[in-house]
Amino acid sequence: MDVKDIVKPENLVYRKSRLMSDATFNFCPGCGHGVVVRTIAEVIEEMGIEHDVIGISPVGCSVFLYDFYKFDVVEAAHGRACAVATGIKRVQPDKYVFTYQGDGDLAAIGTGETIHACNRGENLVIVFINNGIYGMTGGQMAPTTLEGMKTTTCPRGRDVKTMGYPLNITPLLAQLDGVCYVTRHSVHTPANVRKLKKAFRQAFENQRDKKGTSIVEVVSNCNSGWGLTPKAANDWMIENMFKKYPLGDMKVDGKLVMDMNAPR
Amino acid sequence: MESKEVRLMKGNEAIAEAAIRAGADAFYGYPITPQTEVMEYLMETDSYARTGMVVLQAESEVSAINMVYGAAATGHRVLTSSSSPGISLMCEGISYIAGAELPCLLINVSRGGPGLGTIQPSQADYFQTVKGGGHGDYKLLTLAPKSVQEMADFIAEGFDLAFKYRNPVMILADGALGQMMEKITLPEQRPRLSEYPDWATNGTPEGKERRFVTSLNLLPQQHELVNQRLQAKYRQMEREEVRFESIMCDDAEYIVVAFGIIARIAQKSIEQARAKGHKIGLFRPISLYPFPIGEIEALSREKRVRGFMSVELNAGQMIEDVRLAIEGRKPIGFFGRLGGMVPTPEEIENALYRQFGL
Ligand SMILES: Cc1ncc(C[n+]2csc(CCOP(=O)(O)OP(=O)(O)O)c2C)c(N)n1
Ligand code: SF4
Ligand SMILES: [Mg+2]
Repeated sequence: MDVKDIVKPENLVYRKSRLMSDATFNFCPGCGHGVVVRTIAEVIEEMGIEHDVIGISPVGCSVFLYDFYKFDVVEAAHGRACAVATGIKRVQPDKYVFTYQGDGDLAAIGTGETIHACNRGENLVIVFINNGIYGMTGGQMAPTTLEGMKTTTCPRGRDVKTMGYPLNITPLLAQLDGVCYVTRHSVHTPANVRKLKKAFRQAFENQRDKKGTSIVEVVSNCNSGWGLTPKAANDWMIENMFKKYPLGDMKVDGKLVMDMNAPR
Repeated sequence: MESKEVRLMKGNEAIAEAAIRAGADAFYGYPITPQTEVMEYLMETDSYARTGMVVLQAESEVSAINMVYGAAATGHRVLTSSSSPGISLMCEGISYIAGAELPCLLINVSRGGPGLGTIQPSQADYFQTVKGGGHGDYKLLTLAPKSVQEMADFIAEGFDLAFKYRNPVMILADGALGQMMEKITLPEQRPRLSEYPDWATNGTPEGKERRFVTSLNLLPQQHELVNQRLQAKYRQMEREEVRFESIMCDDAEYIVVAFGIIARIAQKSIEQARAKGHKIGLFRPISLYPFPIGEIEALSREKRVRGFMSVELNAGQMIEDVRLAIEGRKPIGFFGRLGGMVPTPEEIENALYRQFGL
């Protein structure tokens, strides 16, 4: 069989989204970022809204989103994605605007911008990659770093007494009235990717229907920063990250659906 | 015949009214004395109802300037205004705007520092404005008004310059200009933009290449080219955008250099000195960057000109640029008040006599 036969349309089971460029990802092999990035493109393509989309890529491993997407992208300063998105959305309320933020970006340096955009109910989609670490700068402690977890700035493990506790920020954001949708996913299995895709679709539909802020958190790995192989990183994530950051919906259609008494 | 609309207004109100009339699309800001009336006026007069101009109170100046960055990236006419501590907070964002080559209008109704300082007028942010402020080799095209009329007039002009150069434009005013009331002729209402520049990231139109906005370049070879392009733009500004006012300089033996509100007080001092027979002139830089270097240099080459004095509401900042223009050809002195104090015309007049040995 020739390769031409293999790529015939009737044999096609999966193709790269038209909205992805041919640029090589700068992500480490095995990293979850790439899967999330292309899943967003698939949803935008399927909704047919690519002419009205503006993505915001703040500083972090995903800063080069504008190289990967074939729609408009604005790079932002570290932490300021929600403010930049607000600035855009307020003058162009009919466009679809999404941010793509790491945990350092959303939950440390940009906490203020995030909370206030959510509190104003900015009609945005916030994509939040929680990998428990600062990937881009080489693996420092993030607000989401787990207790006892080692990073380059907590080499003996995060000591919560002096370094603070892991910040579980999405349940906090879910309680803000401006927020309509908060959900947490992962991309470590095809089934999980499919669920994530549905969540993205829901989030962009919320924006279309002007329902307020939608937040899609993805608990992801950082195999390089964690110092593990991709497989070991995913296992470690399932074992440890999912305990602190359990997957599932927290708020749907403006109603809290999370168990407020569950350990967080 | 067009009838001009004349109104008695505070400087801050004039900024706001002129922004609406300049066809601004958005104002993002955070309250700080002595410029809070800008946002208050926009809300009170309901800019959104009048022209569709969006006004949003951000949670901080950091957020406000990044909102400006966003709207600017989509090719909209956007402005913010603040005062000294707030501008300090904005500096990272301003550097990004300059680096990404986006147009916007910034207003600093400055006050005395350092730190929380005072809410009284000051020009102590001259260095911050024209020598950087944020990181990197960038320049803000800076206009310094001396009156409420100029506060209003520089708004539309500032927007046009910002779009011409795809660069942030700063209006450097001070607390006195912001708070004082004067009769002004209001500019005509012009429409908001209906078409956006090609580079604007406001959604890729069908059949067009998508756009992106960034200030990032990992390759130094590439980033040097970007910097060279920025510098070429700044050289063009230096050729084309120098603005100044020269008052009684034609026969002057001594030249006072002053910008903004203090230039008006110094003018009074000079008139008083002239009445006593002293030939003193006033040179007022209006564009602080690009600084009128050539004009000051030319004055310093005039045989009749014996000396200069820089008069500022700070400890001596613009004097460095004046000195560079004079290149030691003539002596130069300084008079300034600090921390929000504003001198009387007599104080400046006496300082002139001391400096020039009159
Ligand atoms: C003002 C500022 N401070 C610090 C940095 C350095 N910096 C770049 S990315 C980053 C952290 C990124 O971590 P995260 O947001 O979690 O994204 P990840 O790379 O893990 O996806 C830091 C500290 C910066 N670019 N700007
Ligand atoms: S450093 Fe971590 S987060 Fe960044 S690309 Fe590599 S694995 Fe992914
Ligand atoms: Mg991270």
